[in-house]
Formats: sequence, C-alpha cells, structure tokens
Amino acid sequence: MGASFPFLQPVSTPLPERAGQRAVRARWLWPAALLAFVLFWQFAKPVAKWAFVYPSAWELPAARWIGRATKWLQDEATFGLFTFTDLTRFVAAVIDLPYRAVLSLLSTGLLSGQGSSAVQQLPPLSWLAVLAIVALIGHHAGGLRLAALVTACFGFLVLFGQWTSAMVTLASIVVAVPIGVVVGLVLGLAAFRWPPFERALVPVLDLMQTIPVFAYLVPVLVFFGFGPTAAIVATLIYALPPMARVTILALRSVPSEIRDLGNMVGCSRRQMTWRVMIPSAKDSLMVGVNQVIMLSLNMVIIASMIGAGGLGFDVLAALRRLDIGAGLEAGLAIVALAVALDRLSQAYAEKAGQPAALAPSGTGLVARHPYLVAALAVVIVTFLAGLAVPAAQVFPEGWQVSTGAFWSEVVRWINVNFFDALEAIRNAILLNLLVPLKRLLGGLPWSGVVLMLALAGYRLGGLRLATLVGVLALLIAVTGQWEKATITVYLCGVSVVFAALIGIPLGILAAERERLWRWLQLVIDTLQTLPSFVYLMPVVMLFRVGDFTAMIAVVAYAVAPAIRYTVLGLQRVDPRVVEAGRAMGCTRLQILTKIKLKLALPEIMLGLNQTIMFALSMLVITALVGTRDLGQEVYIALTKADTGRGLIAGLSVAFIAIIADRLISAGARRIRERVS
Amino acid sequence: MASDQPKLVCRGIWKIFGAGGKGLLAPDGGRPSGADLRAAGAVGAVRDVNIEVHAGEIFVIMGLSGSGKSTLVRCLSRLIEPTAGDILFNGENLLAASEARMIEIRRHSMGMVFQHFALLPHLTVIGNVAFPLEIQGIDRARREERARRMIELVGLAGKEHVFPRELSGGQQQRVGIARSLAVEPELWFLDEPFSALDPLIRREMQDEFLRLQSVLKKTIVFITHDFDEAIRLADRIAIMKDGEIVQAGTPEDLVLSPATPYVAEFTRSVARAKVVKVASLMRGLDGAAPKISISDRAAVAEAAPLFANGADTLAVTDGEGRAVGLLDRAAVVDVMMRG
Ligand SMILES: Nc1ncnc2c1ncn2[C@@H]1O[C@H](COP(=O)(O)OP(=O)(O)OP(=O)(O)O)[C@@H](O)[C@H]1O
Ligand SMILES: [Mg+2]
Repeated sequence: MGASFPFLQPVSTPLPERAGQRAVRARWLWPAALLAFVLFWQFAKPVAKWAFVYPSAWELPAARWIGRATKWLQDEATFGLFTFTDLTRFVAAVIDLPYRAVLSLLSTGLLSGQGSSAVQQLPPLSWLAVLAIVALIGHHAGGLRLAALVTACFGFLVLFGQWTSAMVTLASIVVAVPIGVVVGLVLGLAAFRWPPFERALVPVLDLMQTIPVFAYLVPVLVFFGFGPTAAIVATLIYALPPMARVTILALRSVPSEIRDLGNMVGCSRRQMTWRVMIPSAKDSLMVGVNQVIMLSLNMVIIASMIGAGGLGFDVLAALRRLDIGAGLEAGLAIVALAVALDRLSQAYAEKAGQPAALAPSGTGLVARHPYLVAALAVVIVTFLAGLAVPAAQVFPEGWQVSTGAFWSEVVRWINVNFFDALEAIRNAILLNLLVPLKRLLGGLPWSGVVLMLALAGYRLGGLRLATLVGVLALLIAVTGQWEKATITVYLCGVSVVFAALIGIPLGILAAERERLWRWLQLVIDTLQTLPSFVYLMPVVMLFRVGDFTAMIAVVAYAVAPAIRYTVLGLQRVDPRVVEAGRAMGCTRLQILTKIKLKLALPEIMLGLNQTIMFALSMLVITALVGTRDLGQEVYIALTKADTGRGLIAGLSVAFIAIIADRLISAGARRIRERVS
Repeated sequence: MASDQPKLVCRGIWKIFGAGGKGLLAPDGGRPSGADLRAAGAVGAVRDVNIEVHAGEIFVIMGLSGSGKSTLVRCLSRLIEPTAGDILFNGENLLAASEARMIEIRRHSMGMVFQHFALLPHLTVIGNVAFPLEIQGIDRARREERARRMIELVGLAGKEHVFPRELSGGQQQRVGIARSLAVEPELWFLDEPFSALDPLIRREMQDEFLRLQSVLKKTIVFITHDFDEAIRLADRIAIMKDGEIVQAGTPEDLVLSPATPYVAEFTRSVARAKVVKVASLMRGLDGAAPKISISDRAAVAEAAPLFANGADTLAVTDGEGRAVGLLDRAAVVDVMMRG
C-alpha cells in the first residue's frame, strides 16, 4: 500500500481562529473529566451495562441497507438514458479494450478463437525486444546510466523467472496509469475552475484516501466481477486522488501574473487552460504522474485479490503457502518494476522541466525519430530471431536462477537455532503488554470513550471539532463495530508507540549528522517503495501468525514518517534561536530539550499523525496474518463479496483515521500558535 | 504630445477586497475611509481614483508597496473587476463590455508588461513573443515574421530559439516588452517592468524604453515605486497612497508645488534643475533673440552647459522652432543652486 495517506495531512480544514480561544481553558476540566471517567468505568458496570457493551438491539442494520442499495444499483438504478449497469459495463469496456491490446503485445500474443482453444497467430514481444525497448526509453529519458539501470531491473525479471507474471502486471499498469492521469487531471481542472465542484470533490478524495483499499474492493468486485478489469478499477480508485489533488495545487501555484498574461493576450477559456495553465504547471503535474505510477504499483498485490493476476498473485499465493523464497522473489520483482518505472517517470519529469533540445536539423525519418526507428528495428529483428531461435523468444527455463530455496533455508536455520529466543521475546511482549492492553481497551465503556473524545475535540478545536469527532465515534458504535474497532485501536496504538520510540530518537540522532541522515533516507525511501506484503513475509516466517507479527510488520512500515518528520522539524528550527540559547550558556542537552524539541514539537506531532495513518493502512493488510480487528472484518467481507459488511468495517477504519488526524492536527496547530 | 480627446478615462474607481465590497460603498455617500473598510474586515485597495490618460503620453502611477498600483492597473484592463466606477477607453465603457468584446479589445488594443516578466517557460523567445498572435489564430509564418521584428526592435536578435530561463533578467524583460508590442497595442500597460532588475540594467532599460517610445508613440500607463524612475520617464505622474491618488500632475508640478507633505517627502531629494522646464523660467521676448536657443520643453539642467561660453541669455523656442522667450543665466543658476 506504500504511502497510503501522504495527502491526508494538508487536507484537514483549518478551523476558524476564534474557535481556539473559545475552547474552555479552565484547568480543572481535564482532571475532573478523567476522574469521572475512571469512576464510571470502575463502578457503573452493574448499573448501566448498555454503556459498556453496545446493545445489539440498538444497532443500525447499516450493512443490510448497503447490501440492499447495492442490489438496487445493480438491478434497477437508472439515470434516464442509461442504467447503472450500463455505466459499469461502459467503464469496463473502456478499460478492457486497451488492456487486451497491451496484454497481447506483452504477454499472450495475438490470439484467434476463444478461451483455451485459442490459437496464437502472432507471438508477443519477446523478452529481448522488451529489454531493448526499455533500454531505448531509458536512454531517451536519462542517458546511458538510466538505460543501464532500467535494463538491469528488467533483466532481473528475466533471470529470476518472473517474466510472464511481470508482463501481466506491467500490462495493467500501462493501462491504469494513463487513465488515472487523465481522469485525475480532468477532475482537478474542473475543481480548479468551479469552486463548488472543488468543495464537493475534496471530501470525496479525503474519504477515498482514508478508507482502506479492501473496503472498496468489495463493491468493485460486486459491480465489475472478478478479473483484471475490476483490479484496474480498484487501482484507479486508489491511485487517482493524488493526481486530482496535485492538479489543483499545481494550477493554483501558477503565478497570478501568468494568468493575467493569458487574459491580457485575450485567451478564450480553452486557450487559457491548454495553452497557458497546463504548460506552466507541467513540472508539478509530472509529480502527480509519478505518484499515480507508484500507487498503481503499490496496489499490485491487493488488486490480485480480485483477479489482477501477475506478480501480485504470485506473492499472495506464496504468502498463503508460507513459501518465503517464492514470495520474496515475486515481491522483489515488483520492486524492480517500481524502481524502473519510478526512475523513468522522474527522468521524464526532469526533462519536462528543462528546455527541449532544438529540433534536429535532419529531414529523414531516421534523423527525426531516431528512437522510434530503432524500436521498430528491434521489434522486427527480435521477431525474426524468435522464429529462428526459440531461446530468443522465451527465456529458457534452464538459464533461470532462483534463490527461493536459499531463503527458505535461511529461515529454517534461524528457526532451528533461535526458536527459543524468538519465542521468548514474542511471549514476553504478548503476555506483558499486548494482552493486558487489549483487555484494558476492550473493557472501557464505549459511551465514556465517545464523550472523552468529544471533550478532547472541544478543548482542541471548539464545538465543530467536538461534533465531528463525537459523531464519527458514535457511528462506529452504532454500526456495531465498537469491539473490533478497539482491537484496531489497540494494535495501531501499540505499533505507533513503538514506531515513535524507535523513530523519534533516530530522527534526533540523524538531524545533526548529515551522513547518517543521508543513509537513513535511503533506507526509508526503500522501505516505502517496497510493497507492504514484503514486510509481512519474513515476520510471519519467524513469529508465525498473530498480533505480535502484525505489530512488527506495522512498526517496520510506519516508522518512516516518525523519523522523517522529526528530522525535518529539528532541521527547520531557526539557527538564531539555537545560537541565542548557546549564548545564554545552555548545555547541548538543554539546547536539545529546552529549545529544539520544543520548537519542533508541531512537526513531530504531524509525523506522529502520519505514522498513525501508515499504521492503519498496514494494519488492514495484516488481516492476512490472522488479527481479529476491523481489517479482518473487511477481508472476510471480501472473500464473501459482502458489500455492506466490508464498507461498514472499512468506513470505521476511515473514521478512526479521521478522528486521530483531526485531533492531532488541531493539537499541533495550537502548539504552533503558542510557540510562534 | 497630448491631444484633446483622452484615450483612457477612469472615474470614481473603487476596488474593495473582502466581504461585502459593494455594500460598504453605499451607506456614507460612498466614501468610506481606509479605517472604515479595515474595521469591516475589507481592504480598500483602490479608492475613488479619477484619471485621464491622453494619446501618446507616458502616464506614470507611482506609489510605495501595497499602495494599490497593481490593483488599479488591473482594474484599468479589467483583469480585476472594479467594485465601482467607470472606465472609458476611446469613449467605450469597458465595464459594460461583454466577455467577447473584452477579449477582442485585449487582443488588438492592449499590451501589458509584468513585474516578474510572466514568460511562458515552455516556449522559446520567439514562441513567447509570437504567443499573443498565436492566440489570435494568425498563421505561423506571419506571426513569426512579426515576432522577429519585435525581437530585433528590443535588441535580442540572435536569441530567438533560446528558452527564457537561459536569459538574464534584463533580457527576459526585453522579451516581455517585445511580446506586449507584438499586437501593436494602442494602450500599453507596464506594471513595475524594471523593479526586478538591478540598478545599472534598470537605467539601461529606461533609456531603451524612452527610445522605443520616441519611435512608437504609444499611450502608456507605467507603474513604478521608484520616484526617480517616474521623474525620468513621465509626462505626467499620479502619486498613490493607501489606494488613493494624492496628487497628479507633471513632474514639474509635483516638484514645485507638492500638494501634501507626503508628496514633498518624495520630491525633496530630486534635483530641481532636472525637472523644472525651461518654459517655466523664461521671460518675455524683448528685442532680437540671442543666437543660441533651447527648446521650451527641455529641463533647466540641459540649458546650463549652453551658458558655458559666456552668454547671459538664451533664446527659448517652441515645438516648431519659433522663439517664444528668453532664459537668463541668473534664473538658471538660482534653480541649480537650490539643488
Ligand atoms: N486578491 C486580493 N485579496 C485581498 N487583498 C488584496 C488582493 N490583492 C491585493 N490586495 C491588497 O490590496 C492592497 C494593494 O495591493 P497592490 O498589489 O495593488 O499593491 P502594489 O501597490 O501593487 O504593491 P507592490 O509594489 O508591492 O506591487 C494591498 O494591501 C494588498 O494586500
Ligand atoms: Mg504591484
């Protein structure tokens, strides 16, 4: 799932300034509220059981409503000229046609006939052809070095026998990315032009990015059926919001003088958009394109749950078999694809930022389109070579390498030699920390928690925030998700605490050591491009399934923002303030604790916020290793194609994310006001 | 230079940013003070501005940062919709013009140069200069031909295929000027065109600008925050403060009779001899005119060197070269001594 919520943070709507002042400042409020809460929790259970465990009689049958609505959409909904089903069919066709074309080019070849009786009329591009074309693209985008890098990445796919799956995955990416970019661009443009549309769009984008992917896999599955088309639809839903957001931001950051210029020379609206605004925003827009590519790759594994096939399917299957070697190799293959596509798109983005070379002076076809001609030549030559030598068409199995056995051996070795030690660690943490905490949280009265959250919202951001937080928390209870939600909160909370305990000290260390920071950055970046499933596998191997495993995977995934924001916050502290501190005779420790950390606190809190978002998104995935939280609920709903159940649980996760985000952002804002 | 029919007239222009703009104008006869507006949570960026710009004149609007110059000039071209007022361009009310008519007017009759150049980063120099023509749908050969002429006019020949970011600030602004002239506008707006340049280049660009104007004779509204620049370039200057015009007149008027202490503050350091025109020092003709003559529109400072060879009086001539008066050495020395 990669950077699942990177865009959440700037989203939270700024509260009116006065709200902060209006918040009651009485000092006794919190202690009193806490005392009341504890007393209620300890003594009220016999009197008011309903306040502790939400009575099932009061539950809203929301899941059933959604199920019914889905059915209605499928069977009856109509927009007058066409029905909802027509719409989904149309979308499916728009995706399906190019997908088939690309797939036959990369993987299946040109087929005639149906199903298994199909006959291959023309072979697909051979591995040699794809390698050569990729190298050409690399050279075009960024010269020899990039060409070598991309060729190496694709070479890895060939050598490790991942080719067939990788081409299936590549085909879906090649189709998903342009559609995502175009639709995102159009949405962003519309939002830029019509403020009311933006006001409607932004909350939808927020929700699309906070709701766990699993949750909308279910309706996608229901409306589009199992298969690559559905997988691409899900990928689009996931990868498109950042593009829309980037578009809005990019257009808005075009200097107002440029806009004035457009008006002054008498541009019509269309000319304004296509001749002035979009070309001027091109650099930033390319960042959005890169995001779409990376997020599409992040979705590869999850999308394979609804029929994407390819590398994602291989990883998933290996995970289910607990075959670490196979899983790791397929996972690395995804990383190789990600690295290649990421670097290519970045190189093109950079190129877009620079003036294009002068048009070549030659007039011949070769002189004008050297890359195109070379690519055509490659295709023809490799096609002929493939006819003559089979190895040139399909990479022979005998030449392939596999390290699968080696990795399985490593894990086996560790388990044999360190089983007791690992087991001891696991049990110690489980028994002393995880289990008690889970009990504690599970035993809290839902009514009290909702009230306390609302109170926190009121103190931090006034009545509006209190209402938002209270209503969202209440909705979780009312839809009967409270118990599972507490498990999600507990797992997420523990993981975030660990991630912060690791990440913040590391960040403090790295902030002052240039070399360490550069090295750490590399590690963090790598960690974030890895598909999250890759974290899961070694942990499962070592610790088997369960909460502890989930926690480790979540910590490994969510530690990155904690480090990053700490470093950024500390580095952004005004050096003059530090100097003043030194002049006053502070020791290094005092400078750190009394000045730097204090000033960097808002940033660190935002880092924590991101850590929570990352943790939640990873947590849903850990459902695969047997947690019992909302993620599991979504996952079960997916296997049963139960839209209502999946959406309700997914929305609950989104609500938790929104509550945490709004509260922490409001807190950070208050601290920042106080500091500056 | 100025003819009688003003090219551009604006009457009672207001621009109020923030909530309830128009409503704020109504209550007290339509003249709320800056403080009134601020109290209502609005900004009075332009307040009751009346100006007339005549054909062929350089009209400079001068004011410090935030005084509302950019807002005013954008109201004049209707890039910003004024809250109240009338703008007449060649007698046509711009504020009543339809969107299509406005596009028409901007395409053919107006040009604008921007403080930060506003060059399109993805186009070459020639692409930028030809851009306004491209927008009008003029075919490639013709527009590039015209663009080439403009590039030559601003002294950038040979740089046609270079991208903006490869040019220095001064060169970039030359591109901006060439582009604004490509449509051969009647009315030329320049919003602090030289403010982003360093002093030497600025001086050079001012000379270049005067040279262009002596050839082109456009009607110009020129914005600056630099009083020296205003004095150097202007036929007439309007001084703006907090959205209002405090005084408008020729450089000479401002220097000799500043209307407020605020204006006096600016004019204090200006060398009078460079501003005061010969016409305002001359006395009537008596008898035969001396041989050495000077135009009545020249600055006093320009007359000084002509007294070097011992003459006591110069003849003063009008635009057609007729003698209209006499200039005494003593009067010139007097002005020069006062600084
Ligand atoms: N879009 C806007 N919304 C609100 N206030 C604005 C807006 N544009 C300008 N203002 C305010 O109007 C006033 C005049 O601004 P303007 O840009 O016209 O000043 P200026 O004289 O051009 O200054 P500078 O020399 O810095 O360019 C300023 O107080 C500015 O803050
Ligand atoms: Mg300005």
